Amino acid sequence: MKNVTIILNREFASYFTTPVAYVFILVFLVLSSAFTFYLGQFYERGQADLLPFFNFHPWLYLFLVPSVSMRLWSEERASGSIELLLTLPITLWEAILGKFLAAWLFTGLSLLGTFPLWLSVNYLGEPDNGAIAASYVGSWFMAGAFLAVGCCLSALTKSQIVAFILTGTVCLMLVLAGFPLVLNFFQGWVPAMILDLIAGLSIIAHFMAISKGVLALTDVIYFVSMIGLWLTLTRLVLQAKSAD
Amino acid sequence: MIEVQNLTKQFGSTTVVNDLSFELGPGSVLGFLGPNGAGKSTTMKMITGFLTPSSGSVHIQGYDISSHRQAAQAEMGYLPEGAPSYEEMTVAAFLKFIAKIRGARGALIQQWVDRVTDTVSLRAVLHQRIETLSKGYKRRVGLAQALIHDPSILILDEPTDGLDPNQKHQVRQMILDLSDQKIVIISTHILEEVSAVCSRAMIINAGEIVLDDTPEGLCQRAEGHLSVSLRINGVGDEALSQACSQLPQCGRVALIDGGGVLIYPAEALGDPLAALQEMMRANHWQAEWIQQHEGQLDELFRDATGGRLQ
Repeated sequence: MKNVTIILNREFASYFTTPVAYVFILVFLVLSSAFTFYLGQFYERGQADLLPFFNFHPWLYLFLVPSVSMRLWSEERASGSIELLLTLPITLWEAILGKFLAAWLFTGLSLLGTFPLWLSVNYLGEPDNGAIAASYVGSWFMAGAFLAVGCCLSALTKSQIVAFILTGTVCLMLVLAGFPLVLNFFQGWVPAMILDLIAGLSIIAHFMAISKGVLALTDVIYFVSMIGLWLTLTRLVLQAKSAD
Repeated sequence: MIEVQNLTKQFGSTTVVNDLSFELGPGSVLGFLGPNGAGKSTTMKMITGFLTPSSGSVHIQGYDISSHRQAAQAEMGYLPEGAPSYEEMTVAAFLKFIAKIRGARGALIQQWVDRVTDTVSLRAVLHQRIETLSKGYKRRVGLAQALIHDPSILILDEPTDGLDPNQKHQVRQMILDLSDQKIVIISTHILEEVSAVCSRAMIINAGEIVLDDTPEGLCQRAEGHLSVSLRINGVGDEALSQACSQLPQCGRVALIDGGGVLIYPAEALGDPLAALQEMMRANHWQAEWIQQHEGQLDELFRDATGGRLQ
């Protein structure tokens, strides 16, 4: 665990020694506010909640999270530092967890940067702060799931652009899995059980369930297992590359 | 102790390292010599646990790198090819990070960083970002991270690449200073480096060990070892060349551009000098000049990697 913390600290600090962190946080704050006020009709709805804010998160994360995750392993591979990191006396899990947690904490920090919106709704009315807190947790879990996907896919290639596109595509599929567009395509020729499974994979469905204010165990398990699955796949990819 | 047994690495259908075996004990500096693509770096990557061998085994101080990877890696310091690092970090922050991962805690972290900073002369750039440093300094940062935990084994992939002659000399001196108690493996294209620092040299070509000896031993195997060049007053080079060809101790005879004859020893009979002197005495010939040569490593390298000795 000590090694995870050492790697986490190094990775987290590295976000702030390059413009990546500042650009990401700025873009996230500007876009999430713009979506909330213009597309989400924050004032016109006349309700003191943050639904217009959280509703856009899955779509915002589709391109913002891959921009963080694309560098996790691709950059190490391109610069050759992966050879240094993986010949230090640490396990693959320690390296993967350290990097992933740093990225996850970083997106969490960006999310916390939106607190003026929370202050605003509390000033304007009496929102259900429990639901807002649950939505923040749900949004952070969703970012974690996207990051885990990106972590795995960036281990596949030394090109950050390729990692970005692959991650965006896979995350889009995970978001769309519960949509009629996708389900109708499978309806009729796949067994009902598989259809349920595809619908169950939908990130939006689980995120929406949490943002209603109910932090159900099934949704938490969904996100935790999604993160666990993709990080395990990351380990397999790194092992396969070492034997390649 | 490093024990490498039947190490083989295949990428697809290409065999990059083929059945490599050797052992190294304390106080040895092994030089891996070979042309680009010979398998030097791949071998080092397998020894350090970055690549998994297709077959064969590596034991580092008794630890099998595949089953006890961390314990084996803790014994080694490794400078990968090109000296990669986290370039957005300052030298001090980077070295502290490596020290912590290598197990230093508390005041020991700073002690390790201070010691290694002095060893490789990095103090002037300690608070600079690595990306702003010259190639030579970046290489030294790479050496510093490899040395930081004072490992018993050092694996250095082209440690002097990109350094100026003074820096090269410093690094070689440092390797020599360290070599008493440690096991060092270096890979290089620079042949003078092998003579300067290595106690053992291995020429690798197409993934196989072609020659394995001390640098002096390798020089003695070069075709030109003990060859003699000479010119005789009043005797034409053609006639001299013909006379020399008659001697059983002489092998190939070549005319030198600009005058004189170069005589290689006949492989089985060794030094041709005495026979040549005897011939000169018998014919009452006076040498205008005569010189005997030692074998050159570059000559042997070309022979060994060009395929002639295989």
